[in-house]
Amino acid sequence: MNLRDLARNLELEVKVGGKSLANEVRGGYAGDLLSDVIANARAADLWVTLQTHQNIVAVACMKELAGVVLVNGRQPEKDTLEKAAEENVPLLVSELSAFELIGRLHGLGLSGIRK
Amino acid sequence: MRALHADLHIHSCLSPCADREMSPSTIVRWARRKGLELIALCDHNSAENVGAASRAGGPVGLAVIGGMEITSREEVHVLGLFEEDRPLQAVQGVVYDHLPGENDPDAFGEQLVMDEWDNVIARNRRLLIGATDLTLAEIVRTVHAFGGIAIASHVDRPSFSVLSQLGFIPRDLELDGVEVVATRPPEVPQDLPVISSSDAHRPEEIGARQTCFLVEEATAKEIGMALKRIGGRRILAEQ
Repeated sequence: MNLRDLARNLELEVKVGGKSLANEVRGGYAGDLLSDVIANARAADLWVTLQTHQNIVAVACMKELAGVVLVNGRQPEKDTLEKAAEENVPLLVSELSAFELIGRLHGLGLSGIRK
Repeated sequence: MRALHADLHIHSCLSPCADREMSPSTIVRWARRKGLELIALCDHNSAENVGAASRAGGPVGLAVIGGMEITSREEVHVLGLFEEDRPLQAVQGVVYDHLPGENDPDAFGEQLVMDEWDNVIARNRRLLIGATDLTLAEIVRTVHAFGGIAIASHVDRPSFSVLSQLGFIPRDLELDGVEVVATRPPEVPQDLPVISSSDAHRPEEIGARQTCFLVEEATAKEIGMALKRIGGRRILAEQ
């Protein structure tokens, strides 16, 4: 499944996308403590968070994540947007809460466990 | 120039999570007993007990720096330390304007404002344990705009620290230093000064960790200069 399909299915607002929307999403991780995401997220995960600080872009790059979804309609800060565009990190926004969004991602076949 | 023992992060009974016994005179008594000459009173998002602690400290030779431990929207704690009362009050005003919610004393604890004789003169009703909607960068900028010192709190803790919340210290963040309460984590950039303090919430914790500075006198201004290594002033040891 790629990000473009997910964005369409779940009505995610694409803040930064471009070519990276073709990124394949292989799983997911949720967390608002960036130290925890650095320790536990895996490459090609979709990251669900409410942190909007620009460090989320650096973490997504470092961990080679498929993209970042901000929940509760939280808008990225200006620095974050600029950095994401610069680094080609897909940044999306969902109006849903993390709990609801993750439930729907599961429904579409994404898992937090990699086989 | 002389060596000065300081504990720059102490809470009073104004912080809902601190012991009720943390009254101005108790803090001062314990600080002197632990051999401290300088403390900073840093309650969560408020500075309303600074005046009382300062007045209690003066007669017994304990200098009290006015400060606050401000919570950013990323839930990072930052110490703001000020030489003068007026900028401290101004920053407290900014914090209050950006701090939503009302305290529930049964859930979080009481928030007592005291005079220097430990009489309760008010109860702060704001949600001091909560987060402001200011970004970390905005808080550091605000502290600096009013001439204060901005230090990232307890960066070696697994919660409410810049490292736990944001993974690493943003390069463009103009911190004056970082604080550790146990051990120095490897992610702290080499060029940032590191201080140790107790983050005391109970009397017996006061001075458990402290920093020895080489300065001219016991003031926030001198501490700021020591962090920048101006005129031979510096940090002698974290202990």
